[in-house]
Amino acid sequence: MAVLGSFALMLALALSAYTFIAGILALVEGEGSERIGETARRAGIATFGAVLLASVVLVVCAFQNNFSIAYIFHHSNRDLPGPYKFAVLWSGQEGSLLFWSLLLAAYGFVLRLRYKTDPRLFAYASVVLAGVQIFFLLLLNFAANPFGILEGPLRPDGSGLNPLLQYPEMVIHPPMLYLGYVGFTVPFAFALGALIMKYPGEKWIHITRRWTMVTWAFLTCGVFLGAHWAYSVLGWGGYWGWDPVENASLMPWLTGTAFLHSVMMQEKRGMLKMWNMWLVFATFWLAILGTFLTRSGIISSVHAFAQSSIGDWFAWFLCITLAVFLFFFFKNKSHLKSEHKLESLVSRESSFLFNNLLFVLLCFTVLWGTWFPKISELVQGNKVTVGAPFYNRVAIPVALLLLILTALGPLLAWRKTSLESLKRNFMWPTIGAIAVAIFLMITPQRWGSPFGLKPWQDISYFYSLMAIALSVLVTLTVASEFYRGGRVISRHTGQGMFASMVQLTHRNTRRYGGYIVHFGVVVVIIGFAGAAFNVDKEQAMANGDKMDIGPYTLICRSYTQDDSPNKASEWAILDVYRGDKKIDTMTPVREFYKASQQASTKPDIRSGLNEDLYLVFEGQNEKGEPIIKAHLNALVMWIWMGVWIMLIGTVLALIPNAPAPVRVPAPARLETAPAVTGD
Amino acid sequence: MTNSKLKTKHRRAAQIILLCAAIFALVGAGDPATRFNEIGHQMMCICGCNQILLECNHVGCPASDGMRNELQAAVTRGDSDSLVEQSFVQKYGPTVLAAPTAKGFDRVAYIIPFAALFFGFGLMVLVIRAWKNRPAPALADGLHPVHGAELDQFRDQARKETDL
Repeated sequence: MAVLGSFALMLALALSAYTFIAGILALVEGEGSERIGETARRAGIATFGAVLLASVVLVVCAFQNNFSIAYIFHHSNRDLPGPYKFAVLWSGQEGSLLFWSLLLAAYGFVLRLRYKTDPRLFAYASVVLAGVQIFFLLLLNFAANPFGILEGPLRPDGSGLNPLLQYPEMVIHPPMLYLGYVGFTVPFAFALGALIMKYPGEKWIHITRRWTMVTWAFLTCGVFLGAHWAYSVLGWGGYWGWDPVENASLMPWLTGTAFLHSVMMQEKRGMLKMWNMWLVFATFWLAILGTFLTRSGIISSVHAFAQSSIGDWFAWFLCITLAVFLFFFFKNKSHLKSEHKLESLVSRESSFLFNNLLFVLLCFTVLWGTWFPKISELVQGNKVTVGAPFYNRVAIPVALLLLILTALGPLLAWRKTSLESLKRNFMWPTIGAIAVAIFLMITPQRWGSPFGLKPWQDISYFYSLMAIALSVLVTLTVASEFYRGGRVISRHTGQGMFASMVQLTHRNTRRYGGYIVHFGVVVVIIGFAGAAFNVDKEQAMANGDKMDIGPYTLICRSYTQDDSPNKASEWAILDVYRGDKKIDTMTPVREFYKASQQASTKPDIRSGLNEDLYLVFEGQNEKGEPIIKAHLNALVMWIWMGVWIMLIGTVLALIPNAPAPVRVPAPARLETAPAVTGD
Repeated sequence: MTNSKLKTKHRRAAQIILLCAAIFALVGAGDPATRFNEIGHQMMCICGCNQILLECNHVGCPASDGMRNELQAAVTRGDSDSLVEQSFVQKYGPTVLAAPTAKGFDRVAYIIPFAALFFGFGLMVLVIRAWKNRPAPALADGLHPVHGAELDQFRDQARKETDL
């Protein structure tokens, strides 16, 4: 099997190389080289088959417990449940590179099948994709081969999968994240292709819009699934630790989001062409940089794969892609001049400019914070830590500014908005936001989070109040957009308000889907704002012991153990009371995985709209009693709800618009007829 | 409203905002439990788990329990925040602090993002100004560019017709 896998990888490399070289030849020679171009396209399609074969072989080896293959030995064991054996494909360095390559080949497969949309542009994009594919296949064949044979005698069992990865979400989180990372290669390929061929007009933007949105949705899903996994498995009570690897996924998301906004300027007004080119490139480049960070060992992170020489490969690849992009950018930048002028500072165009500035600045802050330990080491000889307190101080104010723009942007018209109309549209949402802020401050704290907020007590409360008030502002501006648009349709068609809003959305899915995404974002922000109210408590709990946290009382009913072929578990059984009423029984657990000889804690979480009760089995004291850490995490559920809303909005924005109602001009003879409707 | 009255109003608003900011910056909770929580969230566990000291749940962690006890003792003794930080840095090295300090080269960590923000805003204003001054694209023969009051009139008409 290992030979078959290695052969498939070598074949895939040969096919990619052919796609790249023959593709370039066909493009350079132009007329008369269609047949070479067609063979290049078909070789690109066949690359997918070869990489798929290699991936299937690796998964089959995992299911067959083929521990002669080093990768399977290190990342699987006989008693590993089936779904996790499937996840072995992306659990380690070599497998995840193969998975990356598979996804890239799959995107290339779809792209090459749809080449008829614009054969020449697609041919350029196909060559760029093949170039990236060659890099990953070179890595797989010569630096990180997943089919390497284990030296020495055949082992009876494998070392097992990392316990932290043995969680259902880990079966879907990496694929989502990788679909996002890899997917941004496609818009980059189209952008670079359009730049090289000096593509006329903005059609390439239309072609890549769906690719970009789908990719963005996958990356959003991947990032938040990672956060949910961290929250549900790691047991430290939080969902985002500003770890370099988490940051690596956030950076392309930020630039990708900026691109999704600024691309509208290019489509509608023919502006920001150079900027968009840079944003697409930066998003692709940051996705590769993230992979470099994870795999080079250059920056320490709990998520990082083992340190290896492939970091050098990535460093070279980053340099080469930058050089290629810079070369074509400076060669053809005259093609990227804006077609229109900006008419007013108070316009949607300038709101997009500032929105982009803030997104890019946030991305720069995250990049800066990620690299600062290394910079500090180079300059002053010692490392420093750049953790959550740094990002809270620097990124939160910028994010709040961004929220203000999110509220303001939809109310601004293209070209120019009169201050009077802005005042008219902005007044009621602002009054609503201020009213909510005052309400949150004057309500009693016993109502739970986020009531009774006293922003003068702590800067984190101040940020929370600002975040919630601005979220309300955004929500009200979005609602007012739906309401005003719905009212116009309702008056013209006589439909009810809700039906009119549905019709309005269907007529411009991109715009109103986008507003729903904005609404999802503010729901997520409200969830983040809850972090200011988190409390925790730790206590050893013998049978019958009590712990009070917030409105809850925990009583330890018992503690017990369990054993299975894969792992041994220790459980605490805790009854949860609210007042005198028992509302739940929770069972935080600590597990010991036999194959890998590693322990991990898995929290038990009781989620509610106001707060999550989050219990962790921390360990045992000298008497053998469980030590329980209880967290009361405010508004966390809003984060997960917000992500769902964002995804629904994205799907909505991907649906084609309903055709506009056709207005048939009245026949001349009716023009003079008396009105009979009494309208 | 006259210009000078407007200016006075703006100045007062700015003063109120500054005063609020100063209050937020200066107000701090002082009880030992809150201080323990605050300082503990400004420090890292040094076992290599990359977690904030009070959030470290690393099973069998060799460092966090001892560090928490030290922190508790220091807070109970009434040591100032800076003294606690200094003693931890001396014992565990600068990586024990969860964020760069506002001293020496570490300050650069905070200066650069805000400098980039101001630079970006400045650049944006320049770009917008340059774009505003750009000549309007030529129109096809027979068409006359509409601007000024005439353009506003068309906009008002469009607004009325669409009721938006």
